[in-house]
Amino acid sequence: MASPAGQEPIPGTTIFDGRMAMKGYALNKMCYSFNEAAARQEFLADEEAYCAKFGLSDEQRTAIRDRNALALLAAGGNIYYLAKFVGMLGLNVQDIGAQQTGMTVEDFKAKLKAAGN
Amino acid sequence: MGKIVGGVTTSHIPAIGNAIANELFEDPYWKPFFDGYPKAREWLAEVKPDVAIVVYNDHGLNFFLDKMPTFSVGAAFEYENKDEGWGLNPLPPYPGDPELSWHIINSLVNDEFDICSCQEMAVDHGFTVPMALLWPDQTQRPVRTIPVAVNTVQHPLPTPARCLKLGEAIGRAVASYPKDLKVVVLGTGGLSHQLDGERAGFINKDFDLMCLEKIVDEPEALAKYSIHDLVRLAGAQGAELILWLIMRGALGKTVSKIHSNYHIPISNTGAGLLVLQSAA
Repeated sequence: MASPAGQEPIPGTTIFDGRMAMKGYALNKMCYSFNEAAARQEFLADEEAYCAKFGLSDEQRTAIRDRNALALLAAGGNIYYLAKFVGMLGLNVQDIGAQQTGMTVEDFKAKLKAAGN
Repeated sequence: MGKIVGGVTTSHIPAIGNAIANELFEDPYWKPFFDGYPKAREWLAEVKPDVAIVVYNDHGLNFFLDKMPTFSVGAAFEYENKDEGWGLNPLPPYPGDPELSWHIINSLVNDEFDICSCQEMAVDHGFTVPMALLWPDQTQRPVRTIPVAVNTVQHPLPTPARCLKLGEAIGRAVASYPKDLKVVVLGTGGLSHQLDGERAGFINKDFDLMCLEKIVDEPEALAKYSIHDLVRLAGAQGAELILWLIMRGALGKTVSKIHSNYHIPISNTGAGLLVLQSAA
């Protein structure tokens, strides 16, 4: 729920500003590398070694190990780079939305559909 | 003389690219979305633009946080689509128009918009999905393209007011191009959606419908919002409305609405389509 100084926080929303971009730099750089198929293979072959190569913090490594989207965001992850990580795992934005909101994927999809009514 | 004939705004959700690849046009989930596009294609077939200026945001294909320009204008002979990390086959490259690109770059900087110029620029789904929706045949590239990438990844993002003014400056740049040429401007992304955080899945239909209406004749009303307002009202990624404002600014004061469509949900998003024609 972090917001830049002087702005009202928006519940359930972290503004990815300079502070978060600095905190998450190593994590996001690793996720950016997943644009390359060879990097994805290297990660999947030895996750811990790949995280170490990019200098991830303990908090970031734990969040990666746990596939925990909220923890990845709190550790400075940006959703656009994280999308490459979760996509590699075969998850889409509904799966991640459900995980972040503590809903089943079916309930999350129903919630989206209800927004059209 | 260069002439902007009009603009099209459309959402650019990556799932649309998958749906196109799998030809889900008649699928009940997708049909209300895809059914909006034939009219946009008919209008493009009538006005026959030579060039499309595509205003989009890069999602971590071409730009990383090491260097994050606020506004970037492509100046390449060709723009490549590449793997964004999901292993999809890249689409064929898009031809550019570097002569017009450099004219726009020179004009914008002279107009005090100090943009970043790019002689290499890989384009991601933010660019390719709108192009595929409007020109589905991937064996042909009937228009040349100029990508304009806007930072919507790392705050501070440019304000809506600044984006409307950048659009106006792009309009002046095209109008001062000495060659006869017709240009369409695509504003991509939006409308309301949020992918990240406990608020993921946030959609605001009322706000989206208001934007679809106001952007036609009163874009200044939308330009009054702050980025923080847009995140609050339209979700973290709903701030992509600024890309629509750049498109709208480029079209000039008076436009006529040719067509619009709105559908919830496509993936996590309120999907909007709008076709606007510039005054003759």
